[in-house]
Amino acid sequence: MTEVSMTVNGKAARASVPDNTLLVDFLREHLRLTGTHVGCDTSQCGACVVHVNGRAVKSCTTLAASAEGAEVTTIEGLANGELHPMQAAFKENHGLQCGFCTPGMIMSATDMVARYQAAGKELTEEAIRHELEGNICRCTGYHNIVRAIQDGAAKMAAG
Amino acid sequence: MTRHEPRTQGKAKIDGGVASDEKHDSARKHVSGEAIYIDDMAEPAGTLHACLGLSEVAHGAITGFDLSDVRAAPGVVAVLTANDVPGDNDMSPTGLHDEPILADGRVQFFGQPVFAVIAETREAARRACRLAKIDYAEEPALIDVADAADDAKLVTAPLKLERGDSAAAIAAAPHTVRGQMRVGGQDHFYLEGQIAFALPGEDGDVTVFSSTQHPSEVQHMVAHALGVPSHAVTIEVRRMGGGFGGKETQANLFATIAAIAAKKLNRPVKLRPDRDDDMTATGKRHDFLIDYTVGFDDEGGILGVDFTYAARCGYAADLSGPVTDRALFHCDNTYFYPAARAVSRPLYTNTVSNTAFRGFGGPQGMVGAERIIDEVAFALGRDPLEIRKKNLYGTDDRNVTPYHQTVEDNVAERVIAELEASADYAARRREIAAFNAKSPVIKRGLALTPVKFGISFTATHFNQAGALVHVYTDGSVHLNHGGTEMGQGLHTKVAQIVAEEFQIDIDQVKITATTTGKVPNTSATAASSGTDLNGMAAQDAARQIKNRLIAFAAEAHDVPKDQVVFLPGRVRIGNREIPFAELIGEAYMARIQLSAAGFYKTPKIHWDRDKGQGRPFYYFAYGAACAEVSVDTLTGEYMVERVDILHETGRSLNRAIDIGQIEGGFIQGMGWLTTEELVWDGKGRLRTHAPSTYKIPLASDRPKAFNVALADWAENAEPTVHRSKAVGEPPFMLAMCVLHALSDAVASVAGHTVCPRLDAPATPERVLMAVERMKAEGAR
Repeated sequence: MTEVSMTVNGKAARASVPDNTLLVDFLREHLRLTGTHVGCDTSQCGACVVHVNGRAVKSCTTLAASAEGAEVTTIEGLANGELHPMQAAFKENHGLQCGFCTPGMIMSATDMVARYQAAGKELTEEAIRHELEGNICRCTGYHNIVRAIQDGAAKMAAG
Repeated sequence: MTRHEPRTQGKAKIDGGVASDEKHDSARKHVSGEAIYIDDMAEPAGTLHACLGLSEVAHGAITGFDLSDVRAAPGVVAVLTANDVPGDNDMSPTGLHDEPILADGRVQFFGQPVFAVIAETREAARRACRLAKIDYAEEPALIDVADAADDAKLVTAPLKLERGDSAAAIAAAPHTVRGQMRVGGQDHFYLEGQIAFALPGEDGDVTVFSSTQHPSEVQHMVAHALGVPSHAVTIEVRRMGGGFGGKETQANLFATIAAIAAKKLNRPVKLRPDRDDDMTATGKRHDFLIDYTVGFDDEGGILGVDFTYAARCGYAADLSGPVTDRALFHCDNTYFYPAARAVSRPLYTNTVSNTAFRGFGGPQGMVGAERIIDEVAFALGRDPLEIRKKNLYGTDDRNVTPYHQTVEDNVAERVIAELEASADYAARRREIAAFNAKSPVIKRGLALTPVKFGISFTATHFNQAGALVHVYTDGSVHLNHGGTEMGQGLHTKVAQIVAEEFQIDIDQVKITATTTGKVPNTSATAASSGTDLNGMAAQDAARQIKNRLIAFAAEAHDVPKDQVVFLPGRVRIGNREIPFAELIGEAYMARIQLSAAGFYKTPKIHWDRDKGQGRPFYYFAYGAACAEVSVDTLTGEYMVERVDILHETGRSLNRAIDIGQIEGGFIQGMGWLTTEELVWDGKGRLRTHAPSTYKIPLASDRPKAFNVALADWAENAEPTVHRSKAVGEPPFMLAMCVLHALSDAVASVAGHTVCPRLDAPATPERVLMAVERMKAEGAR
């Protein structure tokens, strides 16, 4: 057993868990933050993406212990009273169908927008498509997801 | 205020009625992570977890079965084998009794469930599974249909369609081509894997939360497996994280195991296989080997065809009968065959039993039709589009299908003509020819392919649906129907229909989880029929209540019935207008029933399978797509440069949802025909059991330019719900244009004189091999 402590969505979280506990299981089972999904179990599909210290990671292949002391943000922590601009953009642009990939898509999207803004680079449509290679959607054909990210990025820059 | 003055200043239009671009009903919950899938439900204390033990040979008898180490492993509470099934150890949806829940004495595919471990944690169950010692006496296994003998075993009775004398027509034809085509299968890769969560109740009761497209079938399977009446079993599903046909019958395995364990141990049991087990142990789209002969005249007019569609069905029938039937029903696509013969070979193989997948055999049938068009075009040195247009069904004549249904609603010619113009086909054809003449390595290709897809379950009795609508005294509405939500927006559309009937805002209509306890004996949400059937049933329920309200209001206010009119948010009764909720309150006080069960059955359809004749389809859905690709002829790698789509959805209930279905269906179809390749090794082991080896389209695979339009003039010729058309499956087949654009680019290597016979999936390897063949043949 390992004692892990981290800040999740701004709140302190601490638990004694088996050494091999995955971050996604810590979030889902210990903290009941079930918006982070498990799709493929092997870090291919991206349904499990969360932010650890501001960077997108796949929580299904991250040990909870390796997030010791970290600031973790999940989809539930993105909204602040009202929807985050990226969440609103996915909703407004019909950027979802079954919804299972959506939280991971949004967490990857906010991460890419932040990185491109920090680097002063333009987040082009082509760049968005390239950046999404770690997130699989089986329903939408990605068209509206890309549109949503473009819209969300504009709203984040404005706001 | 006098009685004759309006009491409410109503708005002009309700929010979220029919033909609005209403957002998916759960959109807000999906973006905030609050939508609850079955794995997200809070687990009651004492919940146990199950894991399946899978066979490690493709075919053979079990000669040694030692599970002692499994039972002794930490955390293990129970181990189930075939002997632990209290009722019938069978989950065949056909009644053929060929699909055991757990293998009993022999296994018939690599990955077949043999036992189940129930443990305190999911990890304990998974670890314990590895400790089984099972010995097999292996027997010869048939993995690939190409290896099947002429008299190979079939899993179900084949179908034959015959119209005219095709043998004579082909024999007399000026030209004849005979060939063979392989079409690959496809894994569903629903993002949410299979899952079932069973809660034991009193008596023989059990409630199973199942990620299923077919709750009623799961109910029957669980009841049979437990040996209890159906009334003891309740199946519920609020939403699935994708289905695509993969949860039409494949949820049965997980639900029955969870239910058996829950009843045996009197504790809640959850079964969520990991992705590799899910891909190994559940059925997929059928791959086909198509043999064809076509006879045609000098102008490319088809005179006769003969098709044999052989399918890898796996070890059991599952839905292979209707899937291979539907392949034959689509061997014509949009083309009239003066004489046709088509037969199916649903072959037994020692592989997982293949199942429903968006299109349900129709796509495989259609690629056979499109291959024939290519053969005719290349044999005569014509543009395939010219051959396509030449052979289209007519409207008044040349309009009878190989299954003797008359095509009454044909709009293929108009759809093709409009797309040909909007996609600028002719000019681009010339530009591409000029480009290819100057480009020795990169070759471009262009193709425009149509789609005609038959709408209705071909098993006529499935074309029925029920709904349950309650209006509460505050005027809010509870909506339930037999359809399931897998992301396609069914619940949104049905809620729009109900809101429209009552003229209330859609947020007054509560969408509720599908459950066998509210609407019984439902059909699968499949065959694109969800809205057609359930929308009509819900409309019927709403109209029953509405008619009672009209009768009540007319009598209570002493006006004729036609002076009771539902306006947005209010009802006009004579010269007076009152809020909807007020009328409901008055009706309740007058003891008017405010709840109704609605029902619908599709009219006109019938089908005689033995004769191969009838009207299996209520109507057809049409579309067309045009793709341009560029191929590197040294590596076989390619890019999809541009795709234009024109699809008709009748009078769309929700254009945003319909366009989403078209875009998503197209990309999924493109994956099937290009990158998604299932590989079984000689031992029958699926080697592509994760997205690391199985290549699903990514955002970067999308066509560089992607133009999707709905035919705005369209309206269903039949009186469907608001004259809309089904949209779930038809767009999948629009992706055929990508396969044919690749074929066109490859053909350019040999001056468009040799048919590339590009099989699917057209992976870069297959494209390269086809290019090499073209180089060799072109040099002759």
